[in-house]
Amino acid sequence: MALYSEKVMDHFRNPRNVGVLEDANGVGTVGNAKCGDIMKMYLKIEDDIVKDVKFETFGCGSAIASSSMATELIKGKPVEEARKLTNKAVAEALDGLPDYKMHCSVLAQEAIEAALKDYEEHNL
Amino acid sequence: MIYADNAATTKMSEVSLKTMISLMEDTYGNPSSLYSFGQTAKEVLEKARADVAEAIGAQPQEILFTSGGSEADNQAIITAAKLGAAKGKKHIISTAFEHHAVLHTLNKLKKEGYEITLLDVHENGVVLPEQVEEAIREDTALVTVMYVNNEIGTIQPVREIGAVCRKHGVLFHTDAVQAVGHIRVNVEEDNIDMLSASGHKFHGPKGTGFLYAKKGIRLVNLIEGGAQEKGRRAGTENVPGIAAMAAALTEAVANLDEYKAKLTPVRDKIIAGLNEIPHSAINGDVARRVPGNVNFCFEGIEGESLLLLLDDKGIAASSGSACTSGSLDPSHVLLAIGRVHDVAHGSLRLSIGEDITDEDADYIIKSVKEVVEYLRGFSPVWRDLVAGKGQFIL
Repeated sequence: MALYSEKVMDHFRNPRNVGVLEDANGVGTVGNAKCGDIMKMYLKIEDDIVKDVKFETFGCGSAIASSSMATELIKGKPVEEARKLTNKAVAEALDGLPDYKMHCSVLAQEAIEAALKDYEEHNL
Repeated sequence: MIYADNAATTKMSEVSLKTMISLMEDTYGNPSSLYSFGQTAKEVLEKARADVAEAIGAQPQEILFTSGGSEADNQAIITAAKLGAAKGKKHIISTAFEHHAVLHTLNKLKKEGYEITLLDVHENGVVLPEQVEEAIREDTALVTVMYVNNEIGTIQPVREIGAVCRKHGVLFHTDAVQAVGHIRVNVEEDNIDMLSASGHKFHGPKGTGFLYAKKGIRLVNLIEGGAQEKGRRAGTENVPGIAAMAAALTEAVANLDEYKAKLTPVRDKIIAGLNEIPHSAINGDVARRVPGNVNFCFEGIEGESLLLLLDDKGIAASSGSACTSGSLDPSHVLLAIGRVHDVAHGSLRLSIGEDITDEDADYIIKSVKEVVEYLRGFSPVWRDLVAGKGQFIL
């Protein structure tokens, strides 16, 4: 059995929405280098819609894949929907993560929450 | 595939594989049986014991076959602890970067009331004999220091440490799993009382290993039962595995000079190539290391992603990152040589073998450079460092 599902490997090898969003109006960073995972989410929100999203991640394969999948799940969606994204939804969309890697999906959820909070603090 | 994880395990050598298969086919007798078919197996077993002994400069009766390095480490340490306790000595000296087979056994003893001193291994990953001498007390029962570190490949001054132990009358054990079959080891010249080794680290089969215990040391059993191994380890002997291990070891020891001459320049080429990567550093002393080991830290990236992408490029390697250890902490070895967590997560160990070519080395260097650059390209840690928001460590 492989370490990760095909989907995890696909998102790890070909991460979607990777990079920096120069005109982001909501940015959130979670995790720390000590534990080996840092995720940074950039959101561009217009008319309560996540118009664009990008991420940067320092971390293992599942951390990169979780970030990538999370961006896909919220891109083009209403802010309200993005707010409700759970780590479970991220993990399920990846066809599951090993138990000891579930925290990667939690980090993805938290990174989006942090970016939304930043948006609200600066734009509402 | 370029297999660069020989410190994890090695491919069985041809002679080892042939020995094993032929014995499984034709010599399946029980060495404890009286009839000649059993006694043939016994002869094979004793020939293997003599060969293993010769490979490390020991006497055959000083070799005990085990299931591998971990069992040998456990038995050596438990033996010394019990022998010490009988004389009221319950202090053990070791180092901070031993294999877990040693460290976890010492932890168990600590819970049983033993006092454990773990010596610092410095930035270069080498413990000094003077440190051992300073740490020895009246109640020291054992000094256990690995011959070669399994992650960073540094060679410890075992002979000098052994001399210090002899001078003070303290038992000396060395976990030589990464040394035997890779560098010259001689228990007499190296002043070693007990030594652990593992077959599959030198092209023998998995599930085999041995413990050398100097004549006069009464080993404590870990496995009770029959009278095999002179009553020091019960259970029918793994005759094909043991003979295959002995065959592999004999061959490895005969070729030590050739092995060193072939691997050292390739190793140094890889080290020089990876040194060109900005904000990277080699782990462990460059000179005092086994011919096959390369270990680096790259700032701003994480080791597991590095390994997965190298795997995609056909390179099998390992890392000391937390994600590869299944815990939140990176390798205790890298922490012991003073690498901070942030940097230790971005480590890479390449342990090359005899089949490595110069072209392989070029390909490894090129691939690692590409992958490190790619991962840094979307690492928020790297971006901050480049932007001056934070200090580079390497």
